[in-house]
Amino acid sequence: MLKTFPKGGIHPPENKLTSSNSIKRMPVPKVVYVPIAQHIGIPSEIVVDRKDKVELGQVIAKSGGFVSSNIHSPVAGTVTKLDMIVDSSGYKKQCIVIRTDVKNETNFEEIDYPLKKEITLEPQEIVRRISDYGIVGLGGATFPSHVKLNVKEDKKLDCLLVNGVECEPYLTADHRLMLEKAEEILVGIRILMKALHLHRAVIGIENNKRDAIEVFKKLTADEKEIQVAALRVKYPQGSEKQLVKAILKREVPKNGLPLDVGVVVHNVGTIFAIYQAIQHQQPLIERVVTVTGKQLKEPSNFWVKIGTPIKDLVEEVGGLPEGTRKIVNGGPMMGKAIKNTDVPVTKGTSGILVIHEDEASRGEPKACIRCGDCVDVCPMGLEPHLLMNLSEKGLYEKAAQEDILTCIECGSCSYVCPSHRPLLDYIRFGKSIAKKMVTSKN
Amino acid sequence: MTDSILNSVFLLTSLGGVTGMVLFIVSKKFYVYEDPLIAEIEDVLPAANCAGCGSPGCKAFAEKLVATEDISGLFCPVGGNEVMKTVSEILGKEVVEQDPTVAVVRCQGGCDVRPKTTEYQGPKSCAISAMIYSGETDCQYGCLGDGDCVAVCKFDAMYMDEATGLPVVITDKCTSCGMCVDACPRDIIEMRPKHKRDLKIFVGCLNEDKGGIAKKACAVACIGCSKCFDVCPKEAITMVNNLAYIDPEYCTLCRKCVPVCPTESIIETNFPKKKVKKVEVDKGIEVKSVNLMNDA
Repeated sequence: MLKTFPKGGIHPPENKLTSSNSIKRMPVPKVVYVPIAQHIGIPSEIVVDRKDKVELGQVIAKSGGFVSSNIHSPVAGTVTKLDMIVDSSGYKKQCIVIRTDVKNETNFEEIDYPLKKEITLEPQEIVRRISDYGIVGLGGATFPSHVKLNVKEDKKLDCLLVNGVECEPYLTADHRLMLEKAEEILVGIRILMKALHLHRAVIGIENNKRDAIEVFKKLTADEKEIQVAALRVKYPQGSEKQLVKAILKREVPKNGLPLDVGVVVHNVGTIFAIYQAIQHQQPLIERVVTVTGKQLKEPSNFWVKIGTPIKDLVEEVGGLPEGTRKIVNGGPMMGKAIKNTDVPVTKGTSGILVIHEDEASRGEPKACIRCGDCVDVCPMGLEPHLLMNLSEKGLYEKAAQEDILTCIECGSCSYVCPSHRPLLDYIRFGKSIAKKMVTSKN
Repeated sequence: MTDSILNSVFLLTSLGGVTGMVLFIVSKKFYVYEDPLIAEIEDVLPAANCAGCGSPGCKAFAEKLVATEDISGLFCPVGGNEVMKTVSEILGKEVVEQDPTVAVVRCQGGCDVRPKTTEYQGPKSCAISAMIYSGETDCQYGCLGDGDCVAVCKFDAMYMDEATGLPVVITDKCTSCGMCVDACPRDIIEMRPKHKRDLKIFVGCLNEDKGGIAKKACAVACIGCSKCFDVCPKEAITMVNNLAYIDPEYCTLCRKCVPVCPTESIIETNFPKKKVKKVEVDKGIEVKSVNLMNDA
């Protein structure tokens, strides 16, 4: 029996169209739009000005605080302007616009370093470099990685969990990365284990990626400290709390972090970025993005420079098919529809999903029939129908008592609702207000 | 037969008597003194419980009025000066007279002038759609059109205009309680002084984008050209972030700014119609009014 988390969860159609397509390199875009708010926390502070020449990998925006991150130039070129561009949030945000210098050869050098296994840096040095090189969680939450590594002394850690679950339908970015860069990821895991003084790491991979499980099992056959855990396919297993529960059977306390039960979770994408930063001094300036959709001519996985406009990606896979109604930044469950295709790829963009009009619309909401399906599937054990009603009626304090703040916004409730009720919309809204109320009280 | 009737009559009467006694004793024993002034003030207040004064209801406001020494900072917007004067007489405390205000909608981006670029299919609530993205049009400052302000108005003083998709304030019914101002996630609704005959001049736009971008998103957007700023004799107009704002404190309603606005984004209401602009059309003459608002 394979492991999984016990409570709730759903099985949306996987639609992993691109799982056998190797990662191609996206041509360097002519212009990149780099938003300064690409991570959770304080936006970075711009340190370049108009007409400045920037090198590949130069810091163009400095971390604005502890929970923040540096941003590096993804290309060598000239800053043409600092402008407001619509990003994936749907609002205009401050962006640094850089025109690529086509004559500069560094832009077009293949970034394919030979494997380097030796870890020479000391733990503190590792954490500092991860912070300097702008590494954030690439699973989607974009939480600055160095924050997770600055563990207070009173917390006792005993395990590093490596998140290779990729439970979102359609997305295959992590899957391909695990297949193509397995050895590098293992070195990355070693780096993190050294930084955190850990002697145990578990790589969690869902069973629909058997090839990846095989690869890692083979590579870790002689390892005592690194194990591979094959997991039963279930959404949202890629969520930290669910993953900890599935693999280690530990319950992360509500409003707590995996740190509270001695675990640190990192995504495989993040670990690869950490490997690149520590072993090859490469800051986070590119990531793997899955561009997919049933109607697309050739859905693919790409290495994409941060700041590439999404329209370039769509062009690369054969243009927008006829009848496209929606383009989602991320996967179909947690992703967010974008406003136009000028939106740039950021550190958190794991996929671009193009949806045809047949599948794009939400159903007409009807009355709740009290079937309880939302309660059954909620992985956090909440009552989504109740939380939605409380939020709709403005009873935010009561909603906070009903643990609205523990909602992980996975959208399972909205997915299963036979009445097509917009459960997550209201819960997310109620959650944001309840959060404000709780923080203002404290 | 009679027995059972008598029995029940006796039982109920004695039960009533005993509970009555208990209630009487309890009410005497646990009597809480309440200032009779509170009840008196509460009677005077409009009982709308709108929370426009900042207290959670009229009773709470009455308690606050009685308890506070200096009530010059407190004001019931619904009752207005009249009610506050009565309160002042009852309590013998000074109140400050305030100019009556009325809600105005500072967006004219109706369906005809502000093209939709996306479609939103979520709950019909401005607060939620504002959390998700910047709205169906390319203007991220304008009205979202889901009617949170109308839903929250307790006085039926607002409605959604079906033709434009924008909220409209019925000035006569508006009590300026401020609920709509709080409900609007875009801060479009503003309380402005209700001058004589409800004359108002204000900039009907909040778009802070540069002129070209703003104009592309909405035909009646303020493009930040500063023409109104230059023409204003009282320096009532400020230009911040490509956006003009008319300060009601300094504005003398001279209307010089209205005709110079190239995008017609300055709204004047209830003024007698100025000279009527004549627009030549192919055949005959069409008469076009300058007055834009229809909330009179």
